[in-house]
Amino acid sequence: MFDWTQQLADWIVYTVLKLGAETPVGNALNFFIYDTIKILILLFLIVFIMGIVNAYFPVDRLRDFLTNKKLYGFEYFFAALFGAITPFCSCSSVPLFIGFVRGGIPLGVTFAFLITSPLVNEIALALFLGMFGVKATLIYAGSGILLGTLGGFVLGKMNLAHLLTEWVKNLLQNAQKVSEEFEQKKLSFFQRLPNITREAWQIVSGVLVYIIIGIGIGAFMYGYVPENFFETYLGSGDWWTVPAAVILAVPMYANAAAIVPVIEVFVIKGVPLGTAIAFMMATIGLSLPEPHC
Amino acid sequence: MKKIKILGPGCRKCQIAYNNVLEAVEQSGVEADVIKIEDFEEMMRYNVLATPVLMIDEEEKVAGRVPNVNEIKEFLSTQ
Repeated sequence: MFDWTQQLADWIVYTVLKLGAETPVGNALNFFIYDTIKILILLFLIVFIMGIVNAYFPVDRLRDFLTNKKLYGFEYFFAALFGAITPFCSCSSVPLFIGFVRGGIPLGVTFAFLITSPLVNEIALALFLGMFGVKATLIYAGSGILLGTLGGFVLGKMNLAHLLTEWVKNLLQNAQKVSEEFEQKKLSFFQRLPNITREAWQIVSGVLVYIIIGIGIGAFMYGYVPENFFETYLGSGDWWTVPAAVILAVPMYANAAAIVPVIEVFVIKGVPLGTAIAFMMATIGLSLPEPHC
Repeated sequence: MKKIKILGPGCRKCQIAYNNVLEAVEQSGVEADVIKIEDFEEMMRYNVLATPVLMIDEEEKVAGRVPNVNEIKEFLSTQ
């Protein structure tokens, strides 16, 4: 699908700019052009598709599903799955939390949603798809959902309700099952399309600068860091490299858009993909909120 | 006099939504009182799930996304 992008990058770098294929600067520039074009196309596509999904499954409706259906223990999984398809905005997380719990959804199930939502977001997925392929993306999304399911289940067993702030407790005293019918706006698919497209564009343009910085750093490392450089430090496959990557990632003040292109180069230069995924989840889950919010 | 409320903490999306409202009010010349609600406790009285929320005369018009200027002008003119 992206052969033409590689050809375009080759043509610009080797023919137009006359840079050698073996030189670091040629390699770096080629990587930069190829990755930037490919990632931007994928990003727009995935954000757009997620926009369509969200138009049909808005968060109110997902909440009603979790409140009103008997799910026999699968509610943690469903909450995590819904978290994955809902775009995460960190400033929505407080209203979301209260809205879910007040609607009668248990704390643990709410946490399952809140854990997965930022981990599996459309930007991380698009970048993963572009850089590591379909299989790695499915593994990433699957681990995110699994993590949310397990995390929500464990937190649910810990009885944390007494730790809630006073005013939230008061709100919950008056908790009631939300049964109000979700107000369905009767808009056809084509009437919605302009709005969805505009929003997709807003999201992509919001992270554009981070992606270009990330790919820029990645391209520089791709061209100038020697082969197997990281293998010596993070790539040996020892068990401790994964927790080490997680601990390293927490203070990394970065977001998915900027970190994935860098991680791609880590992997090319010898870091195992599992270590890279751990690093990425820690960066996204525990650091800066996503900028598209 | 219309009462317009933008509900949402101080994130970028909510700020853009607020600015769009001011812009739409100015362009349409409608008399309106624009309030931005950033306090969670007050926000939750409106049963908010996803921010930002645009309310005109206590009626929820848009939730969970940024309304654009033309859209808001349309809301203002149809009421």
